[in-house]
Amino acid sequence: MGAKELGGRRDEADARDPKAEFERHGDDVRAWLSGRWTVEHAGSVEREMASLVDAAADCGRVLFDLSEIDRLDTLGAWVLDRTRHDFGAQGVAADFVGVRSEHHILLNEVAYRGFQPEPVKSSPGFRDLLADVGEAVVNAGRDFAHGVSFLGEVIAALTRVVVNPRRFRVPALTNQLEQIAFRGVPIIVLICFLVGCIVAQQGLFQLQRFGAQTFVVNLVGILVLRELGVLLTSIMVAGRSGAAFTAEIGSMKMREEIDALRVMGLDPIEVLIVPRILALVIGLPILAFLGSMAALLGAGLVAWIYGDIVPDVFLTRLKATIEFKTFLVGMIKAPFMALVIGLIASMEGMRVEGSAESLGRHVTSSVVKSIFMVIVLDGFFAMFFAAIRL
Amino acid sequence: MSAAFPSASASGVRAPHERDDEREVVIRVRDLEVGFGERLIMKGLDLDVYRGEILGFVGPSGQGKSVLTRAILGLVPKRAGSIEVFGENVDNMTESSRSEIERRWGVLFQQGALFSALTVRQNVQVPMREYLELSPRLLDELAMLKIEMVGLKPDAADKLPSELSGGMIKRASLARALSLDPEILFLDEPTSGLDPIGAGEFDELIATLQRTLGLTVFMVTHDLDSLYTVCDRIAALGDGRIIAHGPIDAMLASEDPWVRAYFHGKRARSAMSAGG
Ligand SMILES: Nc1ncnc2c1ncn2[C@@H]1O[C@H](COP(=O)(O)OP(=O)(O)OP(=O)(O)O)[C@@H](O)[C@H]1O
Ligand SMILES: [Mg+2]
Repeated sequence: MGAKELGGRRDEADARDPKAEFERHGDDVRAWLSGRWTVEHAGSVEREMASLVDAAADCGRVLFDLSEIDRLDTLGAWVLDRTRHDFGAQGVAADFVGVRSEHHILLNEVAYRGFQPEPVKSSPGFRDLLADVGEAVVNAGRDFAHGVSFLGEVIAALTRVVVNPRRFRVPALTNQLEQIAFRGVPIIVLICFLVGCIVAQQGLFQLQRFGAQTFVVNLVGILVLRELGVLLTSIMVAGRSGAAFTAEIGSMKMREEIDALRVMGLDPIEVLIVPRILALVIGLPILAFLGSMAALLGAGLVAWIYGDIVPDVFLTRLKATIEFKTFLVGMIKAPFMALVIGLIASMEGMRVEGSAESLGRHVTSSVVKSIFMVIVLDGFFAMFFAAIRL
Repeated sequence: MSAAFPSASASGVRAPHERDDEREVVIRVRDLEVGFGERLIMKGLDLDVYRGEILGFVGPSGQGKSVLTRAILGLVPKRAGSIEVFGENVDNMTESSRSEIERRWGVLFQQGALFSALTVRQNVQVPMREYLELSPRLLDELAMLKIEMVGLKPDAADKLPSELSGGMIKRASLARALSLDPEILFLDEPTSGLDPIGAGEFDELIATLQRTLGLTVFMVTHDLDSLYTVCDRIAALGDGRIIAHGPIDAMLASEDPWVRAYFHGKRARSAMSAGG
């Protein structure tokens, strides 16, 4: 039966289109409405009514005969009642006749009333642009202040954990370590390896011109161990784990899970953020070390294949040029990078509000801000080490 | 006729207008099996929903009322059995007849499922924009009409879902479910989280829409007042099957222990005396 109905729908589409035929006697207009005045025919419903309004604009009285209407729904009823109201506003008396009882209830249910329109957003002008710039500057300042106070809260929570080690959540930490360090190894090692290859290859080609190709070992060794290893790893971790933190904490915030923790007397910073930041601080140096080694491996391979520098030579030269402190200068930066990434990611996560859009915005800004801060921090470290002549 | 509910214990108690074979069945479920992993939730369930009726669906928490709703809507895969909507089997349906059917039903999810990035008004307009050609004025007016019909204040229209109370979320998602004047309305616990007066108005609205638009309503509910006042028929779910069905009198006469406990409990008695 339903199938017949569906088929019938299409066959008789024309017969069921909403129609308004009208006749004029002097000052009176009588309109016979027929067909389906429903959402499926929304376009025709509006058009039929508009043409009727045009035709009957200057008459004294309009009668709508609804007895032939097949089907009426809220859209149809609304348009009918609105038209009646519009006629009334123009001083034309309009009325319905032949209304079936169910249509009557519906017409009462949707009775016309004016609605306040949706507030329109003003289009951005020059002043708005200036205001935006100002706002961004103020926000950046606030961000910084907020970051410092957040750091304070995290350190306070850490101290509580240190003073009272029973509160320390070992399973959370190991779980996070697995997510951040263990599962991050393949991709980070691969990328560092490839970058090591590329740097060695470019270095070889440039240095060959001066017949100084063996210096590629110095170039790669210092570059990778001092800067590239830790920087690349930090950027990867910011994209991988920082984004994940923000999304996790943000969606917990969205669904009031953070509030649930609070009312149970659990400190969300202690429960959620401290294990994550600790895991980062432990995991990132390990990853940076592995990444550096992979980069050196890649460089050694390229030097061997393209530059005929056999591994033995590569290693002895590496040993001669790299002091232990070069390695330390690189590694010492890693925990600080981790702290910055963790702080920014958790802070952005805690700022997520109710909507999915806000979650997306904060995840983006978490990644962008932490990559930016990682690079800025690296610059500061470079200045610092230069100043103390390391 | 009782093939629809093989285990029905009270099929003798029937209002005279309930001649099943004469009424159009808009949803027909046969031998439905749905499960997650090892666990079978629906174990050969049969169900008919007739055009123009309000079917109340009851059952203990966690028995699979929401899962059945989602299976009919095609959101949960079924393991066996058949589901027909408007006489068409959902398994061998073309893309276009599928979207035709999706246009003809409205759904209120248990958790609201409003789009969190859109205001209430925009939420209500989503299906309208997708399916209808409307002038901007009518689009706006219709959305506001639905919002007011479900009992929300006009100033709620431009709020985001995160700024709404629990009851307001229910109402807003009903407004969205009603936005295309659907023929079937699926309601998953529409009145939970509403105050009793609000719940009464909600029931009243559903009843009015059913009378005027010929709406078919599939309503999962624990609200005894709704069951007494607006439901034409009630089906009770237990152990993956329909254990009892029929008008309220049939439920009262049922022998099933859970149904008895449900409809003869203390709460039920007070609802009965209030609802008449
Ligand atoms: N996605 C899923 N994966 C696994 N199990 C599920 C899933 N969804 C539901 N279930 C299980 O199916 C059962 C039925 O769940 P359902 O949500 O349908 O209950 P309900 O009858 O609607 O209960 P309530 O009245 O509390 O809403 C529950 O035991 C639930 O654990
Ligand atoms: Mg449920």
